[in-house]
Amino acid sequence: MAEALQPLGRDAPKAGFPARGLLGWVPALTLATFLLPICVGLLGTWLPAFGYLPAIGGAAFSLEPWRALFASPGFERMLALTITSGFLSTAIAFCLTIWFVAACHETRLFAALRRLMTPLLAVPHVAVAIGLAFLLAPSGFFFRLAAPWLTGSEIPPDLAILPDPYGLALALGLVVKEVPFLLLITIGALDQVGAKQRLATARGLGYGPIAAWMKTVLPAVYPQIRLPVYAVLAYALSVVDMAMVLGPGTPPTLAVQILRWFNDPDLSMRFAASAGACLQLGLVVLGIALWHGFECIAIHQARAASFAGRRGGSGKVQARAAGLAMAVVVALGLGGIAVMAVWSVARRWRFPDAWPSAWSLETWSRHLDGVAISGWTTLGLGLAAAGLAVALTLGCLESEQRVGRRPTHRALWLLYLPLLVPQIAFLFGAQVLAFRLGWAGTWAAVVWSHLLFTLPYAFLALADPYRALDERLLRTARCLGASPARVFWRIKLPLLLRPVLISFAVAFSVSVAQYLPTLFIGAGRVATLTTEAVALSSGADRRVLGVYTFLQAALPLAIFALAIGLPGRLRPFGPAREAGK
Amino acid sequence: MTGALRLQGVSLSLVGRNLFQRLDLVAEPGQTVTVMGPSGCGKSSLLAYICGTLDRAFVATGSVLIGDSDVTGLPPERRGIGIIFQDDLLFPHLSVAENLAFGLPASLRGRKARLGRIEAALADAGLSGFGDRDPATLSGGQRARVALLRTLLSEPRALLLDEPFAKLDIGLRTRIRAFVFDHVRDYGLPALLVTHDPADAEAAAGQVITLAPAGNDDPEEAAAWTPTSPSPVRLP
Repeated sequence: MAEALQPLGRDAPKAGFPARGLLGWVPALTLATFLLPICVGLLGTWLPAFGYLPAIGGAAFSLEPWRALFASPGFERMLALTITSGFLSTAIAFCLTIWFVAACHETRLFAALRRLMTPLLAVPHVAVAIGLAFLLAPSGFFFRLAAPWLTGSEIPPDLAILPDPYGLALALGLVVKEVPFLLLITIGALDQVGAKQRLATARGLGYGPIAAWMKTVLPAVYPQIRLPVYAVLAYALSVVDMAMVLGPGTPPTLAVQILRWFNDPDLSMRFAASAGACLQLGLVVLGIALWHGFECIAIHQARAASFAGRRGGSGKVQARAAGLAMAVVVALGLGGIAVMAVWSVARRWRFPDAWPSAWSLETWSRHLDGVAISGWTTLGLGLAAAGLAVALTLGCLESEQRVGRRPTHRALWLLYLPLLVPQIAFLFGAQVLAFRLGWAGTWAAVVWSHLLFTLPYAFLALADPYRALDERLLRTARCLGASPARVFWRIKLPLLLRPVLISFAVAFSVSVAQYLPTLFIGAGRVATLTTEAVALSSGADRRVLGVYTFLQAALPLAIFALAIGLPGRLRPFGPAREAGK
Repeated sequence: MTGALRLQGVSLSLVGRNLFQRLDLVAEPGQTVTVMGPSGCGKSSLLAYICGTLDRAFVATGSVLIGDSDVTGLPPERRGIGIIFQDDLLFPHLSVAENLAFGLPASLRGRKARLGRIEAALADAGLSGFGDRDPATLSGGQRARVALLRTLLSEPRALLLDEPFAKLDIGLRTRIRAFVFDHVRDYGLPALLVTHDPADAEAAAGQVITLAPAGNDDPEEAAAWTPTSPSPVRLP
């Protein structure tokens, strides 16, 4: 990158800002990095959906795949299951987040729970799902605590809790994992909309804390978090890994069934699978349109109601209730993983013992070889995908500042595209292409597939702090004779050390969590902790599962701890310290 | 008619740094007391303390009274203290009339009655027919007037003014000052004004209190500070 920056310093034509150097191409390159595979992947999935895939004998277009899809057993139930779990989890996660911030924004609990959100955000979805599955299962932790004094029996109850036929456990798992994301995004938006002053104004006019927040802050915050909410909805409607752990099996959700068809030994099932993948995309588009419809109605109603000027109460009871609900979510998420870590060092843990009766490190030593291979793979992929994502993000932001153009709102939609388009809807097409080029199963291809998802998150984490840098500092440096490159390396990067590292950690945790991209683009030859954990989750030894779940959570947490701890050690003073308080 | 706004022995400190100690002041109904002082001396924190929105990081002692009632322990919305900021803070997602309705107490029921009250207030401020406008299309002076109307419609018992004229053009400033202080007198509200501008203090025509620079450990800078108001009340 140093080479990319050097020429700019020398031949700076207009007011010190070159029109276009190597750096000027970084935004285009970044867009191409994730738009190209998605577009090609979508096309490569749509063609077989209409019967065309010569490689496996589909030479002519037909509607046969769609007929097969609609005729598949349990199709309506799959659809209903997908829609209910997707909408239910998103609506609950959204309402809980908003309710919590509105009711608790001035309580001590708010700061405490907020601090726990980062670790919960960092751990992969699958780890949370596996932990939750053990907490809730009939032979799981809660029933162990309750047996036999409450359930009156020494054997696990015969209940269809996990998986339950309605996908409620799946919805709960999604809520636990999506609330931290929505909460941190919402808190991030608060400063941008001047929430403090809005609240002070409304409180001064006699409004209670909740009414003040809902009526003056939410209308400003919602447009800022709309895209993330859509991304959550899209994810919930098309999630595969969590649904394999927590969702029902017969029939499963649509996305899981599509994956099963893609993996079917009978190659002709790929056609129905492709049609299903198209339907999945349609479902997400329709879901977002529906949510947008609700949104418009709600905004209209709220505005009319605000005219009446009702002030609302002190909200103390609601603050307690919302705080408790949020604490339960955090406890379910982090507690499940902690209990799985206990499993990894348990020798004997019989039902209904609350804790293991014998401990040992045997599981670790026996599985060390297998764990090490997938662990190193996970680490390597994560470091590469996160490093590239941060480098491209820095390139984009630096280029944006030098050219002096702010991206439009539409560009933000492009950035969110990988988070809005269901993975299952384009990965098959991307896999076909990867096989054609001979890239399938290579490291580079898998890193690229992770990059599609690490890039948007790295960008989201870094863009605001980067753009918020005091422009006068940079101008001062330029006027002291520093080239743009020197300003970048000597002023911007040191000042932004903490956000850069945090953005890296976020991207790393996103990479660790990837399941479908690793599976499809790795062509089954690349095994990460996440793919292994999913494979083990269906009925394997809980102790082994504990080892994988623990490591899966520990890796991103360790990187986060480094990202937060390092800047303070490297720099005795300055914003790195300040931001840490 | 409301009682006087009274501060009794108010001290404010932030991580061991004293901003000011044992401040007493009284603003009688219809009168404006002005607080002046250099940046960072805690003027805005004082206003935040009075309306109950002070950050937890501060340590504050003392009490705030309106008439005979002590409002120190009350949440902001139950104090009945309106505040006007430098930025008018009209809610951009609401029309002018909806902004005013936001201030109007809920006890005035019925859309028609509320609209009538709002129209009357707008007419009083020379803004008849502006109800349906988007606040963003208003001029600076118009916005400042709407912000004051919104606060007055909420029937406060006292009014705080946090450098409310600082962002207005010089020419406009005189007119808006008059508009604000006339209303303070007409409504018989006790008011507290925080400002940098000696002309504001003059227009407020009330007592002027100057806060010393807070906890400044550079003796030279502290010595260089001289009060700008005509009759400074030096605090220990």
